[in-house]
Amino acid sequence: MRRLFLALCFALALPVGHAQMRIDVSGVGATQYPIAIASFATDGRVPQDIASVVRGDLARSGAFRVIDPQATLSDTSSINFPDLRARGVDSVLAGSVARLADGRYDIRFRLSDAVRQSTIGGESLVVSEADLRFGAHRVADWVYERITGEKGIFSTRIAFVSKQGNRFKLNVADWDGENVVSPLTSPEPIISPSWSSDGTRLAYVSFELKKPVVYVHTLATGQRKAVANFKGSNSAPAWSPDGRTLAVALTQDGLSQIYLIGSDGSGSPRRLTSSAGIDTEPVFAPDGKSIYFTSDRGGSPQIYRIGVGGGDATRITFGSSYNVSPRISPDGKTLAYLTRREGRFLVAVRDLANGGETLLSESGREESPSFAPNGRWVMYATQSGGRDSLVAVSIDGRVRQRLTSNAGDIREPTWGPFAK
Amino acid sequence: MKPTIRLALVTTMAALLAACSSVKLEDETAGGKGPAPIESRDGAGGAAAAGAGGRAVEQVSVGATDPLNDPSSPLAKRSIYFDFDSFVVKDEYRATIEAHARYLLANSAKRVVIQGNTDERGSREYNLALGQKRAEAVRRAMSALGVPDRQMEAVSFGEERPRASGTDEASYAENRRADLAYQ
Repeated sequence: MRRLFLALCFALALPVGHAQMRIDVSGVGATQYPIAIASFATDGRVPQDIASVVRGDLARSGAFRVIDPQATLSDTSSINFPDLRARGVDSVLAGSVARLADGRYDIRFRLSDAVRQSTIGGESLVVSEADLRFGAHRVADWVYERITGEKGIFSTRIAFVSKQGNRFKLNVADWDGENVVSPLTSPEPIISPSWSSDGTRLAYVSFELKKPVVYVHTLATGQRKAVANFKGSNSAPAWSPDGRTLAVALTQDGLSQIYLIGSDGSGSPRRLTSSAGIDTEPVFAPDGKSIYFTSDRGGSPQIYRIGVGGGDATRITFGSSYNVSPRISPDGKTLAYLTRREGRFLVAVRDLANGGETLLSESGREESPSFAPNGRWVMYATQSGGRDSLVAVSIDGRVRQRLTSNAGDIREPTWGPFAK
Repeated sequence: MKPTIRLALVTTMAALLAACSSVKLEDETAGGKGPAPIESRDGAGGAAAAGAGGRAVEQVSVGATDPLNDPSSPLAKRSIYFDFDSFVVKDEYRATIEAHARYLLANSAKRVVIQGNTDERGSREYNLALGQKRAEAVRRAMSALGVPDRQMEAVSFGEERPRASGTDEASYAENRRADLAYQ
């Protein structure tokens, strides 16, 4: 009877666990490249419409005006360029998908210049059935990079936390909120997920031991280890670029201070900051040589920078009595953070060279900014509209994508690295 | 198995069972769900001992209740509230903290976790550090009263486990607190 009951619970739990995400896009980029994306040629047995995923990616980026020529064009088809030029098309993507003898799929594609009526380039990639969508994102990345000159983020993943009732889940999804999987489910809160630079591990804070403890979790195996479980609170993990070190906030010596520990939990913590107040929210600069963090040492919480060897900290932010949650762009030139203005909490970006600041969010109930690995987007959590959702905004503030889930509140987004 | 180890196991099991229960403190004492009382059965000195051939028995209980479980004890107060943006233990909580300090000094095997909390506004990690600052303020006050460090741990839940879920000032005030949780 007990076994039957457990089996029933499992069956009932399955549909609940299958979270559906919804994405709403507003705004367009300053430049929009007109591109025609034809349906890829198949033998009719391919379970994923590759072209529609590519269209969705490029359109949501705000950098493309996507035209569907309502035709199927394979990578070897001849293209009627004058017809497409008449519809304002500058480039054309065509392709094919074929199932191989071993069950995998061969995706081939060709990008053409409709003005010069010539081939720009093309590639083929072989993926498993489960990775067909990932393959489509890679095609979109390739096209994006060829046309804009910047790396695409369509094959990257995000991590975030969802809360439904009293159940907390750590989730990983494609950048557009599809393919949600939950590496961890817990009755206690989970906060501050952080990707290792190779995308294989997540560090996070879990309260499952009735106090905040930092874990490192290997996604492929589900193996997890408490790497910082010292007396007091353990939180705010941040990876060094080489993946060997974590910067964390510990309270073993009193108030929260920043320490460096081995990402495998080895060795004893090395204290990096020594202030009489609160130091927390460390994040490594891309070169691994310095750490940005939040401190109230000057009387209000502000962002500072310190060398990984210690020494004096330099104050970075001014202009508000509350500037916290620093995140640094992949090129190290732009700082994203949370700022309080007249009681409203907004995401801002600051050019570190000239100090110029742009406010990226509007609702006033924001937190947890995170850069896309190409530096073109910042994702954050917002409570606007009565529920917690995620927003990705282009760095120029022109394009905004809002992700909501049918599985409760979603928050604590963190954008993963480029896919290997 | 040595008797001392067995006793320790029984005590641990009892503590675990108690931890699983969601019965309120008041109910535990009133409903007799607390630890079994030590009962006096020899009758010697009982008020009714003089009657009915000396066979009447007056039952007396001593040492039955841990003062932690006594709702009329100052130890029943386990929350210390803070003003907005403040980390100073207010004078009105002095008596509560002194009572807990006395209890811990008299019961060296007892251990308390001081859990700091904040309202939900702003960064989760910075709020975690602010909650720690509240827990730490209480820990220092008890340390000044002589409670050894090994009996105390200050931790923070930040904004993650709100007692009040509203977005009004009354809810925020309810969440600006430190709780004393005995282990």
